[in-house]
Amino acid sequence: MSKNYYDAADLRKFGKITEWNEELGTKFFDYYGKVFEEGALTAREKSLIALAVAHTEQCPYCIDAYTKDGLQRGVTKEEMMEAIHVGAAIKSGATLVHGVQMMNKVNKLDG
Amino acid sequence: MATKSLKKLGSDLAKSNKQLEILSNGIFQNGELPTFKTKISETSQFPLQARKLEILQINVGYMCNQVCDHCHVDAGPDRKEIMTRDTMRQCLEVIKNSGAHTLDLTGGAPEMNPDFRWFVEEAAKVGIKDFIVRSNLTIIRANKKYYDLPDFFKKHNVHVVSSMPHWTRGKTDKQRGDGVFDKSIKALQELNDRGYGMPDSDLRLDLVYNPSGAFLPGDQAAMEKDFKKALMEDFGIQFHNLFAITNLPIARFLDFLIASENYEDYMYQLVEAYNPAAVENVMCTNTLSVSWDGYLYDCDFNQMLELPVNSKAKHISEFNEELLEGRNIVISQHCYGCTAGAGSSCQGSVA
Repeated sequence: MSKNYYDAADLRKFGKITEWNEELGTKFFDYYGKVFEEGALTAREKSLIALAVAHTEQCPYCIDAYTKDGLQRGVTKEEMMEAIHVGAAIKSGATLVHGVQMMNKVNKLDG
Repeated sequence: MATKSLKKLGSDLAKSNKQLEILSNGIFQNGELPTFKTKISETSQFPLQARKLEILQINVGYMCNQVCDHCHVDAGPDRKEIMTRDTMRQCLEVIKNSGAHTLDLTGGAPEMNPDFRWFVEEAAKVGIKDFIVRSNLTIIRANKKYYDLPDFFKKHNVHVVSSMPHWTRGKTDKQRGDGVFDKSIKALQELNDRGYGMPDSDLRLDLVYNPSGAFLPGDQAAMEKDFKKALMEDFGIQFHNLFAITNLPIARFLDFLIASENYEDYMYQLVEAYNPAAVENVMCTNTLSVSWDGYLYDCDFNQMLELPVNSKAKHISEFNEELLEGRNIVISQHCYGCTAGAGSSCQGSVA
């Protein structure tokens, strides 16, 4: 077993999760595949959303996977970086918007 | 950006036997990944056999005005392998007498062969259904003597197939050299001006897309849509179809994969994306590739790996359609490049 928590080669083994629970694993992968099909959003748009979320979730496997997926779809590095900033803006916004809660609490407790 | 071919640089990877050795060793030798032969045997598709000849692809020389990063030919200005008029005459005899419906001229930059125009004029007389010239576009703007190529192509009703790695300058120039994008755009506009690529026009203009790095091409139809939208919006350019082609792990692309430590991951990608349906329509089953010196190969990639056809007829002068039909195709691990995902051929996806 690897001494690291993350090993890039493990991404290839993702499908193996089905081996220990075939029903749920299969349902997950069917769902996953369906989500990324062309729909009201294009597969390209979904790929960029996935890339942004991969960063906010800080999942190294997902970052590798959706960077490559973006390149395969002809997504440019400028588009990728902008997508990540969208994720970062929501992450920081989500932190800062809680500042209102802090302000409410201060106002209640300390006038 | 490279300025010299691997051959000129004296690189080990310029040798075909070295490339074949790499493709057979390591992950394929230790059984981590199945060899191509093992893989196609699983679906009873071994041996791959040639069917009726439909496409004759002639490589008229490895000389090129560009030195693209991933060129499977290792082409460049320093390559001196050029087809002679004598060999062209032998090819013309075959074109006249074979049942092939498509003639596909490639290189290098085929236009740099001094007998290119003579050959096109003679071949056009034969009345083949689809007469393709693979033009890199920049050659049209490389020198005054090539400026009239769009008119020349139109005169002989040549089907122009051109490489275009991306609809943005940055990605195109990274792969093919500084200034390539702007010259390509200018050349495409000139071809459009002659009627090439316009909707309903008989003057066919198709683009070839191949990835700029160690990843596979995306869905051909989706890429075509993106290319058409961007080239129309940005430059008013039109074309007919986009062929998405997978980079095969040979020559300069193999060199890049190894130097960037992407080789194993890339081979995994190819093997994982293996599609038996693509094997059914792989181009070597209906194509014959002729090298600059007249030798016969199952495809342009085998030509570069110096893997000749498995037939008694080994040279264009010995061409025998009956003898070549049904021959066993010569394979190695590079063949995974043509069977990944939707498959890949000189005409794009196959499955």
